[in-house]
Amino acid sequence: MLRRISAIVKKEVRQLKRDIRLLFVMFFFPVFLLMIFGYAINFDVKHIKLAILDNDKSIMSRDFINSLLNSEYFDLVNYIEGYSEVDSYLDEKIAHCVVVIPNDFSKKIYSGQVVQIQYLIDGVDANTAAIIRNYVTLATLLYNKNILSMMLTGQGIYVSTPVSLEPQFWFNPDLNTTKFLIPGLIAVILIVTAVITVALSFVREKERGTMEQLNVSSLSSIELILGKTFPFVIIALINAGFILLAGYILFGVEVKGSLILLFITTLVFISASTSIGIFVSVIADSQQFAFSLATFLSLLPSVILSGFIFPIDSMPIIIQIITNVTPAKFFIEILRAIVLRGVGLTAFWEEVIYLIIYTIILMSLSTLINKKRAQI
Amino acid sequence: MNSIEVNNLTKSFGKFTAVNDISFTIEKGQVFGFLGANGAGKTTTIRMLCGILTPTSGSASVGGFDITKESNKVKNIIGYMSQRFSLYNDLTVEENINFFGGVYGLEGTTFVERKKWVLSIANLEGKQNIITKSLPGGIKQRLALGTAVIHKPDIVFLDEPTSGVDPISRRSFWDLINSLASEGTTVLVTTHYLEEAEYCNNIILIDAGKLIAEGNPEKLKTDYIKHNILEIECEKPVEAMELLKNQDFVIDTSIFGNNIHVSVQSKTTTEKQIVEFLEKQNSIKVTAVDEITPTLEDVFIHLLETNKKKIA
Repeated sequence: MLRRISAIVKKEVRQLKRDIRLLFVMFFFPVFLLMIFGYAINFDVKHIKLAILDNDKSIMSRDFINSLLNSEYFDLVNYIEGYSEVDSYLDEKIAHCVVVIPNDFSKKIYSGQVVQIQYLIDGVDANTAAIIRNYVTLATLLYNKNILSMMLTGQGIYVSTPVSLEPQFWFNPDLNTTKFLIPGLIAVILIVTAVITVALSFVREKERGTMEQLNVSSLSSIELILGKTFPFVIIALINAGFILLAGYILFGVEVKGSLILLFITTLVFISASTSIGIFVSVIADSQQFAFSLATFLSLLPSVILSGFIFPIDSMPIIIQIITNVTPAKFFIEILRAIVLRGVGLTAFWEEVIYLIIYTIILMSLSTLINKKRAQI
Repeated sequence: MNSIEVNNLTKSFGKFTAVNDISFTIEKGQVFGFLGANGAGKTTTIRMLCGILTPTSGSASVGGFDITKESNKVKNIIGYMSQRFSLYNDLTVEENINFFGGVYGLEGTTFVERKKWVLSIANLEGKQNIITKSLPGGIKQRLALGTAVIHKPDIVFLDEPTSGVDPISRRSFWDLINSLASEGTTVLVTTHYLEEAEYCNNIILIDAGKLIAEGNPEKLKTDYIKHNILEIECEKPVEAMELLKNQDFVIDTSIFGNNIHVSVQSKTTTEKQIVEFLEKQNSIKVTAVDEITPTLEDVFIHLLETNKKKIA
């Protein structure tokens, strides 16, 4: 049995060495995805373009403006001269947010009246708009507090803030989205490369007629599958290691948990991905169709439905059920647990079992379909 | 001893019956020709005998093993080569041999010996590092056969092994087949080149899934053709054939190159009749009329025509 499997492995490696295109896909694709997702996807909203219409032009109004600009969240675009210009600033996207300070700003503050400041926020990107609103609200609260204490101090009253919040974010203290994305990225890259390469490797044999030759030989399907997938599993593991290394060097993501556990769970996940590849190869008869189907089945669910970017908890129930089609969903849970939280098997054994069941179901389904199709 | 025994083998795909109630036996060490038009059911039969397709009804044994119950044992003792010469084009000659040797679990000195043998029958000694893609068709065909029988199987299935190969390579390929058979290997070969059928010990002809003739080439010629065949050399052969087809004294007609083959009941009367009919009545000039011994092609065309009429 080993003699046969090793013959297949050797053959696959030799073919792979001569297939520059596939090699390129296998090693370039991960780097490409890493760059795209690592650098381009960023949910941190910083450097919001801010325009100001200051009708008061007093010391007080300048103080207020400085309190906004002191953070890295806002960049001043320009001081607007008149109200008529405000529209064009937002229309032409020169600014994301315009602050309008009324001409009685300092007067009202000194006389103890409530001042209304107008914030005009570009609401097209609802997510960013909500974040901007939070920032300006916080900045204003802070300013209010300072004014109040200043005024009370002037009257000889000293106050301390009754409740002071000190939030601490565990596992990702800087709330850096890249850190959160890296584990998901490993899952996406592994599943996409594994499904595509395994599917293509099998379908190519079908297309060229060599599969028939192997079917007629005394090779068992277990030997064939083990031999043909072994090189791709090794490559997937190398890729996984590479992404982790890049994640550490480029984005400072460290593995907090056990490396052995990480290795074993990755192997389980690669088996699940491989079973999708085999499923595709059973259905598709041409490499072209196999490639499209493999990309569709691996990339789309693992990016959209896996919780990689969009949290599963906020999806409608039906979609939440559908998310179970991608093993990436479970592996991402496992990876976040090991890499970011550094916890042990007790935290994610259910996910591991699900991945194993997933592999068994898909392999049985593939065997069934293959048997049916072989009779045609 | 029989290598292959086929009893009432039938395979249907939905309503379509690809192989319909076929029975035959093949003795050990025979070269057995399996003839029929494209789509007649040859490949389906072979796939069943190789154990990759389950018959709808009927049974067969290959090397003493039942093809449905013991398909794994069948696979150990057979070799198979398809018309696609299933080699890996992106591997070298030696890598291909290594792979198939490994698949059949060959090791040590046996493997070294068999590798040498494959290289020698393919005339590729000293050229084992050539990429298979760049080999000419005839050589590729021999290499494909070599790798298909690298494990010295008792029985070899060759599914149109000579399609798309030049006549000289085909001839020498048949020498190779015969030498395999002389060493005791049973060879079942499908072809639609009828002249190749002459090299076989026994032949069966199938049409639309049904067996319509069997026997050795000589027997087929005498058994199935009871009448004489005249070869006519004349002007406008196609036109002449159409005219002759409808005459009472003509049983069958077919075109061979520029000549017409006409099956007739008795030689003496009709020879004159034909010349008269063509020259006088239709002013087509006849250069020669000869009686010939029927070729297998005559036999098969005759059989296929009668079968067609029977079905209609």
